[in-house]
Amino acid sequence: MVNLKINDMDVMAEEGQTVLEACQFYGIDVPTLCYNEGLSPYGGCRLCVVEIGEGRSAKLVTSCTYPVSEGLVVRTRTRRVDRARRMVIELLLARCHTSKTLQDLASQYGVEKVRFSLKNDDCILCGLCVRMCKEQMMADAIGFVDRGKDMKITTPYNAKSDVCRRCGGCMYICPVCSARCQGPDTKDALCNGCLNMQPTCLESYDDAQCFMSEGNCGTCVREKAKEGGNKGV
Amino acid sequence: MMKIRDTSELEKYRKNVLEHRDAGHRWISLCVGTGCIATGAGRVAAALRRELEKANLKDVQVKETGCPGFCERGPLMVIHPQGILYQNVKPENAADIVKRTLKGGEVISELVYVDPSTDQHIELEKDIPFYSKQKRLILSNNPLVDPTSVEDYFAIGGYAALGKALGGMTPAQVIEEVKKAGLRGRGGAGFPTGVKWETTRRAHGRVKYVVCNADEGDPGAFMNRSVLEGNPHSVLEGMIIGAFAIGAREGYIYVRNEYPLAVKNATLAVQKARELGLLGTSILGSHFDFDINIVRGAGAFVCGEETALMASIEGKKGVPRQRPPFPSQEGLWGRPTNINNVETWANVPLIINKGAEWYSTIGSPSSKGTKIFALVGKIRNTGLVEVPLGTKLSDIIYGIGGGVPGERKLKAVQCGGPSGGMISAEHIDVPVDYEGLKKYGAMMGSGGLVVMDDSTCMVDIANYFLKFLLEESCGKCTTCREGIERMHELVTKITEGKATMDDLGLLEELATVVQDSTMCGLGNTAPNPVLTTLRYFRPEYEEHIKQKRCQAGVCRALITYWIDPKKCTGCGACAKKCPEEAISGRKKEAHTIDAKKCIRCGVCQATCKFGAVWRR
Repeated sequence: MVNLKINDMDVMAEEGQTVLEACQFYGIDVPTLCYNEGLSPYGGCRLCVVEIGEGRSAKLVTSCTYPVSEGLVVRTRTRRVDRARRMVIELLLARCHTSKTLQDLASQYGVEKVRFSLKNDDCILCGLCVRMCKEQMMADAIGFVDRGKDMKITTPYNAKSDVCRRCGGCMYICPVCSARCQGPDTKDALCNGCLNMQPTCLESYDDAQCFMSEGNCGTCVREKAKEGGNKGV
Repeated sequence: MMKIRDTSELEKYRKNVLEHRDAGHRWISLCVGTGCIATGAGRVAAALRRELEKANLKDVQVKETGCPGFCERGPLMVIHPQGILYQNVKPENAADIVKRTLKGGEVISELVYVDPSTDQHIELEKDIPFYSKQKRLILSNNPLVDPTSVEDYFAIGGYAALGKALGGMTPAQVIEEVKKAGLRGRGGAGFPTGVKWETTRRAHGRVKYVVCNADEGDPGAFMNRSVLEGNPHSVLEGMIIGAFAIGAREGYIYVRNEYPLAVKNATLAVQKARELGLLGTSILGSHFDFDINIVRGAGAFVCGEETALMASIEGKKGVPRQRPPFPSQEGLWGRPTNINNVETWANVPLIINKGAEWYSTIGSPSSKGTKIFALVGKIRNTGLVEVPLGTKLSDIIYGIGGGVPGERKLKAVQCGGPSGGMISAEHIDVPVDYEGLKKYGAMMGSGGLVVMDDSTCMVDIANYFLKFLLEESCGKCTTCREGIERMHELVTKITEGKATMDDLGLLEELATVVQDSTMCGLGNTAPNPVLTTLRYFRPEYEEHIKQKRCQAGVCRALITYWIDPKKCTGCGACAKKCPEEAISGRKKEAHTIDAKKCIRCGVCQATCKFGAVWRR
């Protein structure tokens, strides 16, 4: 076991664990997109960044790949972390605004405007389906083609795959196509439905009846901000 | 070829090579590096040989060597033993050279170097300021050896360091020596080489690898190419010593396929070293086995990043992975791997031969040794320069490079390739070492120095580098793939005069996040061109946005051409050349340009003999 500090809390973690696993064990919320506990870590979406180290040597690392070590100091929600996460959410939303997962994250992190032109893409290139197909379904039927802005996920030569068993694992795991968001119109790309909703839960029952975990629907986030908190920053 | 079985045989072999050479004999060193071949060195060599045969001068040998660095004046030729340098040699000059210089002993004044500032004719190579102001530890060997000949390398003391290391040093002593010398990685980040070797040596596992990174992809940088194609054995020697120190039995040279000569010469060098027994089993009679494979890169810039490079060697798509684990713990096929670049490896034999103490006297307190820079752009003497680390940038630009040509003024120097940063003219006295450049937001990178004069638009330059990186980003992580694309979008908007000040704020915010949270070195440093130009040339950005004006007259959307009616004679030459037929007017009367049709190509300005076409 190694001793480390997460958000000023002394915790212990097993050697070989990642920072994300340690955070999840202690119930500390770190958002992820390209991570799944059954698949190998990828580190591509950059949403799970946390700040490690102190002073001038402090830096952002992806918690899903960074191994815990003795004496490590981790902070999961600092101004720097939030700035990065908000930008990642904004960039991904501009690419693919029909994802409910992304819309929820936007509300949760207070992203209220997408300042980039919309791409209307259907894929955020998180690579979950590629790894699912290879590592869990042992089919390896799809993969990344091309690079950079032209990169996409498809079968070899765009042809009907011989090894694909139509298991649907790729669709099951996709954070974009499994849960489509009907909310936003294409003009402003953002739903922010729950962020702008009148908080019935708070009015009628205080927040005791809320079925969402705290900080997950945006209402609580905004309410706290009004109360003089700092939007969780 | 006979195998060299121990250190005494190594020296015997060298003695044998030297005995067959006459120290005072006449020979011609002709650069056939890629740059000089492009300007016709191959034809010069053939013409020279023909003329020598005609003149019956069989004792004069024409040696086709690697690049000495003065690429601006190629093809270059040095006549030994006098050391006369001829520049811009053409095949037609061959007869003259043989007749007048080699037979008559006369120096041909048309071919010697003329100092542009003093108009003085300089005959000898060693007197040329471009060379005399450098400290050439590595490049100086390039013009002395034929890269295809291992004998040549032996003749200048090659493989002596290997003999010394294998003959009487333990791996720990080798590492200690490199550590004491203070050698730092020449690939960009400047990690101490000795420490890296030690980590790899201490890492668990019996199988370890060493890798030479020769995937140099920066626009305008070519020092690794010159070293690998000009003196490949020095890189091999460094790698063999490194492998001995680390405990590796296999090595890879990852060289990009766009460097065909480097691939050819490195392959040949490996073959020759194998024949001599310097690669293979029981090298020099020790218990140390080592061999090197050459792997050709397919031309992705990102494969210069170490984790992407390893993926590429393994036969996978060249995509980086998140570090840690670092290659020194888990590298090629999950084994500890030590990656250094060409120049770093080439420094190793020097350190072993002359000792760490000597090496550490060169350079600045934090950065030891010399570094080769590729000096390109708006500069008089384009080429490779090697100077001690810590040399002032102004000394490189003005002292060696000869300053900016023409009437123009220096505006900025771009250090460290596309992901490096600009140093503005006012900070030109910065000492060029790892820490010095970092302070100003630039980085050493592989050592490209692109000089820019005041006809350069900084926004346009930032856009150019962003476009390069956009095409080279692997696309794995969001901030790099989307971030660079959006930054490029925003900067393009600025150059087109369509941006607002909000866009500038967004650009800055985005750049900071991309720098902060991207996976690999490419993405981390991708915003540097934007951030450093914003730091030093912010008013230029604001001018583009607020006044819709591009001072340098580069951004096409922001400039207009007009014809001065007082100067226009109505000759109609511009109207004929205009591809859009935007110029109209009667004969012998002043013409006008239709701004709506004009595509701002500038042909009219170039055509006008009377200076009547203006740009503003």
